[in-house]
Amino acid sequence: MTTPSPKRVLTADDIRRALTRIAHEIIERNRGLDGIVIVGLQRGGVWLAEALGAEIERIEQLVPIGTIDVALYRDDIGIRPVTPSGPSELPVPLDGATVVLVDDVLFTGRTVRAALDALADYGRPRAVQLAVLVDRGHRELPIRPDYVGKNLPTSTSEDVAVTPDGVTIETAAALP
Amino acid sequence: MKHLRSIAEIGPEAVHRLLDLTDHMVEVNRRPNPKVPALRGRTVCNLFFEDSTRTRLSFETAARRLSADVMTFTVASSSVNKGESLRDTVETVAAMGVDAFVIRHRASGVPWQVSRWTTASVVNGGDGWHAHPTQALLDAYTVRRALGRSGGLDGLRVAIVGDIRHSRVARSNVEVFGALGADVTVVAPATLLPPAPLAIGVTVTDDLDAAIEEADVLYLLRMQRERISDAVIPSLREYSARFALTPERAMRLGKHALVLHPGPMNRGVEIQVDPAELPGAMITQQVTNGVAVRMAVLFDLLAAPGATIGEAA
Repeated sequence: MTTPSPKRVLTADDIRRALTRIAHEIIERNRGLDGIVIVGLQRGGVWLAEALGAEIERIEQLVPIGTIDVALYRDDIGIRPVTPSGPSELPVPLDGATVVLVDDVLFTGRTVRAALDALADYGRPRAVQLAVLVDRGHRELPIRPDYVGKNLPTSTSEDVAVTPDGVTIETAAALP
Repeated sequence: MKHLRSIAEIGPEAVHRLLDLTDHMVEVNRRPNPKVPALRGRTVCNLFFEDSTRTRLSFETAARRLSADVMTFTVASSSVNKGESLRDTVETVAAMGVDAFVIRHRASGVPWQVSRWTTASVVNGGDGWHAHPTQALLDAYTVRRALGRSGGLDGLRVAIVGDIRHSRVARSNVEVFGALGADVTVVAPATLLPPAPLAIGVTVTDDLDAAIEEADVLYLLRMQRERISDAVIPSLREYSARFALTPERAMRLGKHALVLHPGPMNRGVEIQVDPAELPGAMITQQVTNGVAVRMAVLFDLLAAPGATIGEAA
């Protein structure tokens, strides 16, 4: 069987430029950075949240960066294997904060749904916004991103892989 | 993992996985509202045929913090016989729809027997002199966390002191620390050692004074007073003189050494110092971590695909 080679859709430079733009958009939309907390979703959103935080700091000022693990809030527990990655770590109280959730790929929206439940257990943010590097469509819930690196039409049988080196698409033959 | 009946049965890989998962549960337990929806709709039944306070409460708390429903069934050991009536009890409760049984029984092997009578997961909450795997996991977790380690415990010197022969805690701890790569020494008089060797690589000695200076972890077992009538030890006083943590021995413990005890403590017997004054005492942390470890175990068993069986007709 021949496996089609993965197609590169974003390079490392593309990712960096997208993050720079999103950082500007966040500052612009919120008229500054008052009360902003960047929260990366375990595991793929964590490095992106850090990279985005670094961009924001370079442009304007330091903002708190946290991570959240949604494994214990997923709606497919008992249906698919659910493995927690790193524990959640939120550096500041979320009451009254504007949380920018960061993930690598937005797909069905179920992970974000779980993340909203998880966030609520830490406090009552004033607002929650969503930043994703790739929006690949196929939403199953009424969830939309506020900041998008790239809209990427895909078929459900494809797999989108995101690393700091770039974004690739391949046919998901290797998926379990 | 379908059941947690002994450490030996699940193996080192599962031990590592459960300890890593415990980090998550510790984070949950530190929140103002320590509860997650992970096991909504699952039912955990505690079947305790033997007295227990901390293990039962710890499992109940663990299940509730994961939003599982909890049934607790406590039986005085005298009122239920083994065999048929135990089977009837299990089958009756299982028919109500139970996803996991946590079972404590004075007879070794009961968790294996129970798992033949139900399709639910079985967690061993202590069977006879045989095994107490969640105690061992919480002990290992407590040590790992206190040392700030994240992987195994290679080269760590663990001394387990006391009535090894009649202790399910000792047996499971030998297995768990062995699985994590620690060097385990058991310290006991010959009459309180099991007839067969515990495991390959375990050192056996009756010299606590020598062992204490080497130990990174000193694990004191509870001396069960009823053993004195078994004539396996001449007197409590003589036992304590040789095998208790006395103030003199506490002075000779390494500065970094951790002291663990599964509780309940017999103050004045195996421990003759106030643990509050031992800098390495982990006894409170053990209880706290016990809830998190049991959350990890229940999640690992019940979050797996197909784990919910819904036996109720």
